[in-house]
Amino acid sequence: MALVFRLSSKSGVSAYLQIANQVRQAMLLGVLQPGDQLPTVKEVVGMVAINPNTVLKAYQLLEHQGLVEGRQGQGTFVTVALPGPSPAQQATLRRGLDRWLQAAFDAGLDAEGIVAMVEDRLHDRAVEDIA
Amino acid sequence: MTAFATDEVAKRYGKRWALHGCSLEVPAGRVVALVGPNGACKTTLLHLAAGLLRPTMGTVTVLGGDPARDLALLPRVGLVAQDMPLYRGLTVLETLRLGRKLNPRWDHEMVTDRLLQLSIDVDQKVGTLSGGQRAQVALAVALGKRPELLLLDEPLASLDPLARREFMQTLMQTAAEGDLTIVLSSHLIADLERVCDHLVLVAAGHLQLSDDIDSLLAAHRVLVGPRPTGAIAGVAEVIDEVRAARQSSMIVRVDGPIHDPRWAIEDVALEDLVLAYLSQARDQRVRSLDVVGAAS
Repeated sequence: MALVFRLSSKSGVSAYLQIANQVRQAMLLGVLQPGDQLPTVKEVVGMVAINPNTVLKAYQLLEHQGLVEGRQGQGTFVTVALPGPSPAQQATLRRGLDRWLQAAFDAGLDAEGIVAMVEDRLHDRAVEDIA
Repeated sequence: MTAFATDEVAKRYGKRWALHGCSLEVPAGRVVALVGPNGACKTTLLHLAAGLLRPTMGTVTVLGGDPARDLALLPRVGLVAQDMPLYRGLTVLETLRLGRKLNPRWDHEMVTDRLLQLSIDVDQKVGTLSGGQRAQVALAVALGKRPELLLLDEPLASLDPLARREFMQTLMQTAAEGDLTIVLSSHLIADLERVCDHLVLVAAGHLQLSDDIDSLLAAHRVLVGPRPTGAIAGVAEVIDEVRAARQSSMIVRVDGPIHDPRWAIEDVALEDLVLAYLSQARDQRVRSLDVVGAAS
């Protein structure tokens, strides 16, 4: 199976949105390419033990967004490529991030502080974009 | 199609009325959470559906027939009773052979495949299995008869978290294959929130709610703001209210958009909704006891 789904009950995000987001992320990272089949509903519920309709709802949302296509009796397939960085670019970004994380830990920040700082910067940039 | 319905069903044990005027309908293909505090009548409802009990009043309909009279229904309904009763002295394989003898629609290959996938040794005695394995065997036996309605009475109560997840994975895979209505009882909605799409809520023998979970969540809101002095437009009923000196937090059933700026409006979590209805039911019981007390 190409994908591993994981659900958090603390995030407050409903289960079907978490599934849909994880498919979209996999498409952005290139784990899922056009033509690839999404895990069947039975495979997903065998992994995360949720109501099968929740998975259908997630796949319907993705279909509505034009990212995947349900084919009668065959399953659900990815139809488009989402523009994301190439594997080489991802590796470079990951290395840069690792260096930055090490510097942050060395400076005494913990994981929570790092997440807060990243969210803060993303928020500031979004505000700057608007302004 | 309706898988399970009750119409004005009441049940009396001796002199005590356990279930009062209960009317509900469960569409086929749903996964139903039957939730209520201990003593709410969950087991009574499941046993009525399985045909083990007859209602004192009213009618029970299962897959279009009367489960207490129509013997042809028996193979189409599976019941996993509380504490997963199995013969502890039999091996798993002997248990399955018994299932094959007793059930005309028994699917032996499916059951043995299922247990093999779970790495359960079929030559082991049932009494020596772990709680989680025993639950899986009980579930496999119930599924082996290929029921159209599967009733599970507190299936998670005796399982550790890992065994719970494995049990639910198996159950949801079966649900994904279609053509099966599942009813699971528990006194905790949190156990069932992710797997169920229909809620039946009972308290002290009275039906509180029976509806599609998404519709229930869409029809209720949390309002936080000043204590209300009159009706609020858009609010059909206040289910539960927590009051502080200056503020109140209410769970309400809505019948239209709420535009009143004095209240902050939030979505309601299923667990909070269940608690609101249970506390409303308790308050109504206390009030009715007061009335009885005042009259005597």
